Amino acid sequence: MLKYIIKRLLMLIPVLIGVSIIVFVIMRVFSPDPAPIVLGQHATQDKIDAWRVANGLNDPLYIQYLNFIKGIFTGDLGTSYYTKTPVLKEILSRFPATIELAIAAIILASVFGIIIGTISAVKKNTIFDSAGMVTALIGVSMPIFWLGIILIIIFSGTLHILPSGSRGDPLMQPMKVTGFFLLDGILTGNIQSIGDTLAHLILPASALGMYSMAIIARMTRSSMLETLGQDYIRTARAKGVSEGKVIRKHALRNGLIPIVTVIGLQLGSLLGGAVLTETVFSWPGIGSYTVDCILKSDFPVVQGVVMLVAITFVLINLVVDIIYAMVDPRIKYSKKEA
Amino acid sequence: MLLEVKNLKTEFKLKKGVVNAVDDISFSVDKGEILAIVGESGSGKSVTSLSIMGLIAEPGKVAGGEILFKGTDLTKLPVSELQKIRGDQISMIFQEPMTSLNPVYRVKDQIMESIMTHMKLSKEEALKRTVEMLDLVGIPSPEKRAGDYPHQMSGGMRQRVMIAMALACHPELLIADEPTTALDVTIQAQILELLYSLREKLGMAVLLITHDLGVVAEAADRVIVMYCGKIVEEADVKTLFTDPKHPYTVGLLESIPKMDDERERLYMIKGMVPNPLKMPKGCSFSDRCEKCMEKCKEHIPALIEVNGAKVRCFLYSDAEEGKV
Repeated sequence: MLKYIIKRLLMLIPVLIGVSIIVFVIMRVFSPDPAPIVLGQHATQDKIDAWRVANGLNDPLYIQYLNFIKGIFTGDLGTSYYTKTPVLKEILSRFPATIELAIAAIILASVFGIIIGTISAVKKNTIFDSAGMVTALIGVSMPIFWLGIILIIIFSGTLHILPSGSRGDPLMQPMKVTGFFLLDGILTGNIQSIGDTLAHLILPASALGMYSMAIIARMTRSSMLETLGQDYIRTARAKGVSEGKVIRKHALRNGLIPIVTVIGLQLGSLLGGAVLTETVFSWPGIGSYTVDCILKSDFPVVQGVVMLVAITFVLINLVVDIIYAMVDPRIKYSKKEA
Repeated sequence: MLLEVKNLKTEFKLKKGVVNAVDDISFSVDKGEILAIVGESGSGKSVTSLSIMGLIAEPGKVAGGEILFKGTDLTKLPVSELQKIRGDQISMIFQEPMTSLNPVYRVKDQIMESIMTHMKLSKEEALKRTVEMLDLVGIPSPEKRAGDYPHQMSGGMRQRVMIAMALACHPELLIADEPTTALDVTIQAQILELLYSLREKLGMAVLLITHDLGVVAEAADRVIVMYCGKIVEEADVKTLFTDPKHPYTVGLLESIPKMDDERERLYMIKGMVPNPLKMPKGCSFSDRCEKCMEKCKEHIPALIEVNGAKVRCFLYSDAEEGKV
């Protein structure tokens, strides 16, 4: 197993080389020149040239690329053109917010998706099945930003029971340990802060997780339907095992194997794609920030974020594959055991 | 009488119509007896066994009749009561050993589940019993193999595990639905030998579902021949093989290759099993029968007793179904 993990981690290298080339080239080719944006519309040509030289943008492309790669190895991703703060610091101050939101969303999506999918499969062709699948259809069809706004209108604007945005009340923020508010709140035993963080988390997480929930629900339904038709389910029933146990123990354990992959992929895309949710809920995460930087041609930031998201995505998939081997005994990664 | 099936009807409601997979059949199984049900695919033998277990899946259902197990009608029991009987007093092994075990659980966990569902045993005792059962069905080094996952075992091994699982609670009736079909001949013989010896040892009755007359000759005490959901002949095994009565049974026996056979081609019953939605009006075998008479096409013969056996054919009596 360890050997497999190391092998997979080594495979990160070609992935990252590919990603770095793509993001580097795309930024240089498709983004407007950052200099006039940074310096403003009244900047003189001399000033613009000087700025370009200072930021290395007049060097040949391969030199620029090599500098970028060298930066990655030395942990120096450059500084933002606008804030002048190191990119790594910018990213690290925002990424925990995004991770926290994405994980909350995927937990909600998985729990409800699996429950809805399972009920739909077990009660196939009944009103429960239709209700579940209509919910899933609405979930995949509804635009996230719209859902977010509706949630804010209902729970914040009308009912006044949940806050409309931000990560939490600044006065209630926990002491910084990891940067994840919920985790920090638990670590420091700050109950007030935990409550506040959860209250702030629930609406954006629901909005963000809705689509994934719908996908997971549909996958669970079809996977469970297939599993419930298997011979070993009949065997379990023939043993006299109660129906609830047949579904929970025998069907779900098998039916969930393909769902693990879907959940992993969804989590990966939630991490990089929470832009709309972050904007609607003014969530200080990395998504909205990155879009902002793309529009402003802030090359170092965009490159840094894309690399980070790529690494995260690969790591999540590695974790998924490890979980796979744990839930399905037929899968063995090392040759010795096989 | 251990098991009495009376006028059992199981039907499948499909969009195109209703299929009577099991059409008014009655039989009984005595304590310690091996009763074989023979018939080709689609004759309703598996549906009969699943009906007894209460495992008929949608869109099928038991539409009539009684299944009396030690006097209790299983068709009228609530599922919770049925679950207490399944796997405990009546258990079942299936045709497909390769897919009948849950791939994500160890063999011992699956057998222990059966034991702990029905018996009040501690985990250690259940494990001990599991290993004993695996030993009983002839799995070498059972302590070690108990920890295997199904995919680490061969088909024959898996079927032994299925049998161990079915026998774990010492059932009074074992329903074996084509237990040897998916196995090669040597393993087949071993499994049959095993069933036979376990019957002697544990005194249980076996309802053996098969399409293989060789298996029947080897193992059964009494035989029921089914065709299109109906019993066409019932006899003890010796009578059936020496003096078959129904033309279908005769055909089945004719089609077995024999050692001293000099025929170039094997005998074949002509035609095919009729579409269950378009059954012949009269005897369901009439369109394939070599001795078919005019009457056979219009009327359904009744199952009547002839020389100690039962047969459903106008060659032996004029009695019609429903008019006796």
